[in-house]
Amino acid sequence: MSELAAIRPLTDSLTMAGRSLRLTRRQIDALLMSLMLPIMLMLVFVYLFGGAIQTGTKYVTYVVPGVLLLCAGFGSATTAVSVCNDLTGGIIDRFRSMNISGTAVLSGHVAASAVRNLASTVVVFGVAFLIGFRPHAGALQWPAAIGVLLAFVLAISWLAAAFGVLAKTPEAAGGFSFFVMFLPYASSAFVPIDTMPSWLHGFARNQPVTPVIETVRGLLLDQPVGDSAWLALTWCGGILAGSIALAAVFFRRRTA
Amino acid sequence: MAYAEAREAVRELAVEAIGLEKSYGAVRVLSGLDLQVPRGSVFALLGPNGAGKTTTVRILATLTRPDAGQARVAGLDVVRERGRVRRRISLTGQYAAVDELQTGEENLRMMARLSGVPKPRDRARELLERFDLADAGRRRAGTYSGGMRRRLDLAASLVAEPSVIFLDEPTTGLDPRSRQAMWEVITDLTGTGVTVFLTTQYLEEADRLAGRIALVDGGRVVAEGTATELKHRVAEQRLDLVLADVATYDEVARALGERVVRRDPAALTVGAATDGSAAHVRTLLDEIDPDRLRVRTFTVHTATLDDVFLALTGQQAARPEPETTDV
Repeated sequence: MSELAAIRPLTDSLTMAGRSLRLTRRQIDALLMSLMLPIMLMLVFVYLFGGAIQTGTKYVTYVVPGVLLLCAGFGSATTAVSVCNDLTGGIIDRFRSMNISGTAVLSGHVAASAVRNLASTVVVFGVAFLIGFRPHAGALQWPAAIGVLLAFVLAISWLAAAFGVLAKTPEAAGGFSFFVMFLPYASSAFVPIDTMPSWLHGFARNQPVTPVIETVRGLLLDQPVGDSAWLALTWCGGILAGSIALAAVFFRRRTA
Repeated sequence: MAYAEAREAVRELAVEAIGLEKSYGAVRVLSGLDLQVPRGSVFALLGPNGAGKTTTVRILATLTRPDAGQARVAGLDVVRERGRVRRRISLTGQYAAVDELQTGEENLRMMARLSGVPKPRDRARELLERFDLADAGRRRAGTYSGGMRRRLDLAASLVAEPSVIFLDEPTTGLDPRSRQAMWEVITDLTGTGVTVFLTTQYLEEADRLAGRIALVDGGRVVAEGTATELKHRVAEQRLDLVLADVATYDEVARALGERVVRRDPAALTVGAATDGSAAHVRTLLDEIDPDRLRVRTFTVHTATLDDVFLALTGQQAARPEPETTDV
C-alpha cells in the first residue's frame, strides 16, 4: 500500500497526460494550427524576411532554433488555456474530491505539452530540411540540442501552467501566448542582436531566450557554444523551479 | 453506558456537522449549520438559491474549509483527515465533470485509473451497463443529452465505490423525463449501505428521494425531519374555501384570523387549518357561512412540503423548468 501511495502521483500524472493528449488530438482546429504554424513561420521567415537579413550563414540554417522556440511559446499557450479550462469547469472539484494532487493535474498538462512540442519540432526540422537546412551536428550534439530544447519547453510549459492557474478565464489564459511569443523577437532568434538599436542590446543579450537560441544553434552547426549552454540551462532550471513553486501557490490559493 | 451508546450512535452517522460557519468576504453563507445524517440513508438538503447548500456540500466533500465549526464524514474530520475522507466519498457537482471530447467509456476508464481500481476497463463497462449508457459508451460525451451527461457524471463518481455520495442539485436543468430517469438511478444507489447526501431546490425531489430532509435558509437548518414530520409542522390538512367576492374574502379571512394557513386573494381563496374530519369541516363551514352564500366551493388538501417551505422560509419553492438545459 505504501509503495502504491508513493508512485501514485506518478501514475496519476501519466493518466492525466494521456487525457491531455487525447483531448489535444480531438481538437482538430487547434491541432492543425499547431502543425501548420511551424510550416508557415518557417516559410515566412526564410522566403519573405530571409532575403533582407544578413547573418553570415544561409538564413534557414540561422532561423531554425528561433522557429522552434516560437512554436514552443505558441504551444505553451495551449497549456495555459487547458489548465484554466480545467480549473473553471466542474472537473477540478471531481479530481480534488478524488484526492488527486494539483501537481498531478498540472504535470499531466505539461507532459502533454512536451509531446505536442516534440511533434511540432519534428515538423519544423522536416520543413527545414526540405528547404535547404543542413546542420553539422554530430552524434552527441543532436541529443544535447534536443535536451536544451526540452528544458526550455518544460520551463515555458510550467510557466504557462502557473499562468493558467492564475488566469480567471480561458481567454485571459490565452493571452500568455502574446507574452512568450514576444520574447524570441527581441533575441538573437531572427536577427543578430548587433543589428538592433543599442538600447535594446542589454535586454536582448540577457533575456532567457538568447542563450537557448545560441546553444541550440551552436550545437546544430557544430560551433562552440561557450557560456550560453550553462546560461541556458540555468535560465530554464530557474524558470522551471520558480514556475512549479508559483503554480503550487496559485493552485492552493485558488482551490482553498 | 450512556457514553458508550452515544459513541455507537456517532459511529452510525455518515455525516455530522456542528456549527458550520463560512463567509465569503462580507457575505455570510453559513451561520451555524448543524446536521446529522445516519449511515445508509438518503438525506436531502432543501432550500432556495443562496441558502448555503452548495457551500455545505463543498465543506463536507473537503473542497472548502469552514471558518468555524466541525464536520465529520464517515467518522473522519473533513479538515484534519481530508485525505482519508476523500477515499470514502464522491462528489457530483452542479456542473458535469466529464470531458466532452472523450467518449463515455474513456471518461470512466480515466476515473477508474485515477481511483486505482484494479481493472479499469471492466469497471468502466460495468458502470456503462448499470447507467444505461452501454450503447453510447463509444460516443463522445459532448454528443450526450443533458440527462445522459448527468448519468455519466454520476457513474464517474462511483468508480471507486464510495460510502458517502454527495449530489449537488442532481436534476437542476433536466427535462421531466431525464429527471425521472435520474431519480430511478439515485433510488437504485440506496439499499446497498451507501449514504446519499443530496441538495435540491425542488420539494418534489426531496419528498420523492429522501428519507430525511433538512430545510436550509440563510445558512442554517430551519427544520429537519421526514417529509411527513415536516408537513406536520404546518397544518396537516387544509380546507381551501373559494369565496363569492372580494368583500367576503376579506371578512372571512378576518373572521378566521390565526387559523388561516393560506391566502390567495387573486383566486379569492382562503385556506384554513383542519384535521380533515367531516365533522370539523362541517363545523368550519357552518361557522363561516351559516346562510350558504359566501363559500362557492371548497377542497380539502393534505399539506405539501410547499406549505412547509413557504411557512418556514417565507419564499415559494422553485419549480423544475420544463425545458432541457445542457449543463
